[in-house]
Amino acid sequence: MNNNVKTLVNGIIKDNPIFILLLGLCPTLATTSSAINGLSMGLATMFVLIMSNIAISLLKNLIPDKVRIPAYIVIIAAFVTALEMAMNAYVPVLADALGVFLPLIAVNCILLGRAEAFAAKNKVIPSIFDGVGIGLGFAGALTILGIVRELLGTGKIFDFAIFPETFGALLFVLAPGAFIALGYLIVIFNKLQKK
Amino acid sequence: MEYIGIILVAIFVNNIVYSQFLGICPFLGVSRKVDTAIGMGAAVAFVLAIATLVTFFLQKGILEPFNLQYLQTIVFILIIASLVQLIEIILKKAAPALYQALGVFLPLMSTNCLILGTCILVIQKDFSLFPGMIYAISISIGFMLALIIFSGVREQLALTRIPKAMQGMPIAIITAGIIAMAFMGFSGIDQMFK
Repeated sequence: MNNNVKTLVNGIIKDNPIFILLLGLCPTLATTSSAINGLSMGLATMFVLIMSNIAISLLKNLIPDKVRIPAYIVIIAAFVTALEMAMNAYVPVLADALGVFLPLIAVNCILLGRAEAFAAKNKVIPSIFDGVGIGLGFAGALTILGIVRELLGTGKIFDFAIFPETFGALLFVLAPGAFIALGYLIVIFNKLQKK
Repeated sequence: MEYIGIILVAIFVNNIVYSQFLGICPFLGVSRKVDTAIGMGAAVAFVLAIATLVTFFLQKGILEPFNLQYLQTIVFILIIASLVQLIEIILKKAAPALYQALGVFLPLMSTNCLILGTCILVIQKDFSLFPGMIYAISISIGFMLALIIFSGVREQLALTRIPKAMQGMPIAIITAGIIAMAFMGFSGIDQMFK
């Protein structure tokens, strides 16, 4: 059990997919214009990651080694499609906000990376913990970036006003702010980790 | 005139990297030198043009008539992955020189979100075949432009003294942000051609 907790914590801190490994940056930059968008993208990716980790660790002995990558891609894409249909049915507003990045979860390098590096070598239970850990690390990073951008850009967090909107620098909601905010967050994360 | 608008928007106003955030991984990964940036850009242009054509006919010819649109993601990914393999095999035999130049970059294409993203965008924006192809080709030109500008800046950055915590990726990402700010200056130029 101890090992599982370690896997989980590693996913959040030591192997943080955004701040340390710099994987899956496309959705990170594109969907964090507000905290709620960042959070929902993070949760959507986390769901697909956990499900695909479970499926791949269960099927790993049945999949021939030579075609494993295409097989993983199909498994991941199947869960993405299921998620896409569910979100379009129940939360169409959110599905619209995430736009093309919802189907693009399927080509997020984090998913294929974890399938190859962890789920293909481990049993189901550790794979679930790995999925939860990496997923939380990803969702956490996206939420933090979303909060920073929304606060600096509009003065709100989760639509809750902190300071008047006229003080906000709209730049942070727009494209350049995404790069700049992420760059400085990585700097801060690097500094904190060294201590 | 309508086509000039599409081209300008795809290359400058909605630049695929600086404003659409697609293809960030290869953008940050292979932009240390101008030479590799050009190679990557050419490989993307080549694969993207073929992938857009194939997925367009697949969508209109098979998925839509049989009401299978929900299979779009799975089908497109598989088609693009196998297409990349196919291009690799054909190039190896038919054009060894081109294969030598693009070789290393080709396998990266199958999980490149720029390729899949553009194929989906062409369908979502409801382009017909010819404007769709123009759009896809302009996007790859925009990607190459973004890569070349960025790799030029990074070659200079490598010679500059930078605070320790910012070395490597952080400074590169912040630089990209500043270039993105410059690209925002293009917004609106497409209005002239409406």
